[in-house]
Amino acid sequence: MENKNPLVILRDVCKTYRRGSQTIPVLQDINLEINEGDFIALMGPSGSGKSTLLNLIAGIDKADCGSITIGGVDITTLSETELARWRGLHVGFIFQFYNLIPVLTAYENIELPLLLSDLSKKERREHVEMTLEMVSLSDRSEHFPSQLSGGQQQRVAIARAVVTDPTILVADEPTGDLDRVSAAEILGLMERLNTQLSKTIIMVTHDPRAAEKARIIRHLDKGYLNADHKTYL
Amino acid sequence: MKIPISYSFRNLWTRRLTTIFTTSGMALVVFVFASILMLSAGLKKTLVETGSYDNVVVIRKAAGTEVQSGVDRLPASIIETQPEIATGPNGRKLVVKELVVLINLQKRGSNKPGQVVIRGITENSLTLRPQVKLVKGRLPRPGSSELMAGLSIAKRFQGAGFGETLHFSMRDWNIVGVFDAGNTGFNSEIWGDVDQLMQSFRRPVYSSVLFKLRDSSDFGKVKARIENDPRLTLEAKRETTYYADQSEMMAKFLRILGMSLTVIFSFGAVIGAMITMYASVSNRTAEIGTLRALGFMRRNILYTFIIEAMLLGLVGGCIGLFFASFLQLFTISTLNFQTFSELAFSFTLTFEIAYKALLFSLIMGLVGGALPAFRAARMNIVEALRAG
Amino acid sequence: MQIIKLIYRNTLRHKLRTFLTILGLTIAILAFGLLRTVVSAWYAGVEASSASRLITRNAISLVFMLPSSYKEKIRQIEGVQTVSWGNWFGGVYIDEKNFFPNFAVDPKTYLELYPEYALTPEEEKAFLIDRKGFIAGRKVVERFGWKVGDTVTLRGTIFPGNWDFVLRGIYKGKYRTTDETQFFFHWEYLNESMKKTSLRRADQPGFFIAGVKDPDQAAEVAARIDASFKNSVTETLTETEKAFQMGFVSMTEAIVIAIQLVSFVVIIIIMAVVANTMAMSARERTGEYAVFKTLGFGKWHIAGLIFGESFFITMTGCALGILATFPAAKAFGDAMSAFLPIFHVSAKTIYLGILASVIVAVVAAIIPAWRSVNIRIAEGLRKIT
Repeated sequence: MENKNPLVILRDVCKTYRRGSQTIPVLQDINLEINEGDFIALMGPSGSGKSTLLNLIAGIDKADCGSITIGGVDITTLSETELARWRGLHVGFIFQFYNLIPVLTAYENIELPLLLSDLSKKERREHVEMTLEMVSLSDRSEHFPSQLSGGQQQRVAIARAVVTDPTILVADEPTGDLDRVSAAEILGLMERLNTQLSKTIIMVTHDPRAAEKARIIRHLDKGYLNADHKTYL
Repeated sequence: MKIPISYSFRNLWTRRLTTIFTTSGMALVVFVFASILMLSAGLKKTLVETGSYDNVVVIRKAAGTEVQSGVDRLPASIIETQPEIATGPNGRKLVVKELVVLINLQKRGSNKPGQVVIRGITENSLTLRPQVKLVKGRLPRPGSSELMAGLSIAKRFQGAGFGETLHFSMRDWNIVGVFDAGNTGFNSEIWGDVDQLMQSFRRPVYSSVLFKLRDSSDFGKVKARIENDPRLTLEAKRETTYYADQSEMMAKFLRILGMSLTVIFSFGAVIGAMITMYASVSNRTAEIGTLRALGFMRRNILYTFIIEAMLLGLVGGCIGLFFASFLQLFTISTLNFQTFSELAFSFTLTFEIAYKALLFSLIMGLVGGALPAFRAARMNIVEALRAG
Repeated sequence: MQIIKLIYRNTLRHKLRTFLTILGLTIAILAFGLLRTVVSAWYAGVEASSASRLITRNAISLVFMLPSSYKEKIRQIEGVQTVSWGNWFGGVYIDEKNFFPNFAVDPKTYLELYPEYALTPEEEKAFLIDRKGFIAGRKVVERFGWKVGDTVTLRGTIFPGNWDFVLRGIYKGKYRTTDETQFFFHWEYLNESMKKTSLRRADQPGFFIAGVKDPDQAAEVAARIDASFKNSVTETLTETEKAFQMGFVSMTEAIVIAIQLVSFVVIIIIMAVVANTMAMSARERTGEYAVFKTLGFGKWHIAGLIFGESFFITMTGCALGILATFPAAKAFGDAMSAFLPIFHVSAKTIYLGILASVIVAVVAAIIPAWRSVNIRIAEGLRKIT
């Protein structure tokens, strides 16, 4: 039995883009609940607003209406500074193009979010080494991203995403730039994070194989969230 | 600093070629800046050290320099009777009457002309100038056609070296000694017996009188007495002041020229830095977005880019200063605009100049990096991530 | 014409970068122009010298005078047409920092030898008649606001006392290179005063100026003059006016060389930075150029586009730099007028500036143009993500 605690609650959320005098609605009337431990995939055609929705949940974009409550905190009421701090503690990011810092080693990339905390160097080391172990890259910790394959870079990115033990993991097309084998690896890793470590994962994807790994699939169309959803156990 | 400095360093290192170009520009500006300050300091040092605080120079009123001055025998004798004059170890008063004229000599190697100071001295002249030390040969004998040359002149001018002979005023003059006066202007002079020189130049008047005060605080009193005496049309200055005044025109010229160059070039360097930093920000847009997404604040981004720019400046500054320090090996030999005589001085690097130069380079980096850093800080997270 | 429009639009895309690059170039050209002008100002005296005038002075140095009896002897030397004489007075007008050159000269012969100091006949006449009169160049008169008829006092340094003079004429330089900051008064006025106060110093001009009939004979005439006074009590040194001026310049040569050196290197660096920037931009757009190719643009169209942009930016910077050089030179020249009285931006300087800019434009565009011309379309398109 899953734990039915709503971790993420979106109520009447909308987002519009302004271009001069024109306003283009990107998201409208979004109401969504994500429970702790869910692995949810957001799918939809290009322009459906799925990435925007992910950005709102992740706290890197601001909603124009409604409320977004995560772990009891309504992030729409937070100031920019408070939001940044909140992100550092509660959100782990996995991007399509890994977004690793090229001049930092794998170790340093993973350590990066911890620099925002008060942990001592020794404590940071413990966390980083643990996550390196988790993604099976302990032997590559001193390598730079340019020296790693796509799959390896994404694994470093995942390690970086979980090193702070965040409340939610958001992934935007995590397998978009990977070949079949690496993609499978990454998805397997994410699945383990969800099943073994109860990480709540919200993923945007085109990839049906990725969607398969998620147990809940929601579709977006022209800015609206479709009511029906598939749930896999 | 949440974002480590090594991040900035490594980013500069990654785009090596651009970094090299930009720091070279900065290095050159700092080099010019430092070299001007060093030149002015060297000039000041030479002229100020040329002179003792306790010595008083007396020349004709408004003459400005010894070369343009004439002091007749009678006024000169009156000066010699001033009670405030100190007494030397030989029991005689420490006062000398000297002749100072310029002669044309040809430089070694290039045959180009130079105007060199010839000073007619007497026995106490050396006592009054402790900076002067005989390094080769001996002093010219009184009553003879012998001369001794300052190190700079012996080195640079034909016929002025040890053992050589100069010919002027229908006489041959032998160089029997060479003296080293350290950094002072005396190194650019030739000294000989005052009576012999006055005779051969047919100058019946002295150029100046120099004496040492027994008590330095007596200066005001003596000066007032000399300048208010109706029999004399003379003025008195401390020797240090006298020489400092002589460099004013040169110093001013160097300052104006140098500073305008520095200002113009620093604009160029700052623009170079700006272009580099804008390009840097532009190339790392996705990175900036990522850092912000991870939770770093706008101000963290601002600081890291400003630090990067200041590092550019600092590296450039260190390189510029490093090369500027080698200038100390060179001596500039030129005509002093004010005295029309040959003057040799060198570049002097002081601690003050070094830190001013580095500060200047940091500021250039700061100014160049400020706007691009603000642009980086103001980026919108979503747009920045999309740009990657 | 479409290409030109494209070029213009392209440069506006990265407005800031384009602006900064142009600014960088403007500064480089400005600095170049200013420095070259400083260097040529240094040699201005030499430029203004005449090949048909000889300066005779005491062989020992400028500090010693010559007997006025030499006047007749020099006049009789073969090849000499006119003889004038004078002293460097070195007077101070109120304060040392107001420095300008002032001389006591024999008015009639001096003006004959120096036709470039142009006076109206009335001014010349007034000057010749009034023994206390003086003439001065336009620049120095404007600087101090003197008017004809004003009394000006100079404080003597070499010749002590306060000396009063009355402005009788303002000379304008006939040539661009003529120094308009000089001040001339009657030699007799000085000499008479010396006879009264310091007889020993009377009848001793500091220099003689001889005008030669044939400039090609100048060197020989000079030698003849010196030969006639050799082994006398006062030997002379005679040289052409040009050589005399060069002597002074060479005494301060070290500074000029230093300026030239530094400016050369710094400007190269700024140019390199700018060229690097433009090459950066062109490199970033290889993908675009591939697209142009698919649209049917030929190789040389692309190359033309790149060179065109490069030239547009460099020439704009160059033009602005040259325009800015003039006011900057004026400001600089005014600040330094005591040291460098002639401060003009020469045509040669402008041409060199343009040449340098063209070189930068070509250097910046060459490699990107070559690359883009040769890029295979598919490769280029891959660069656009």
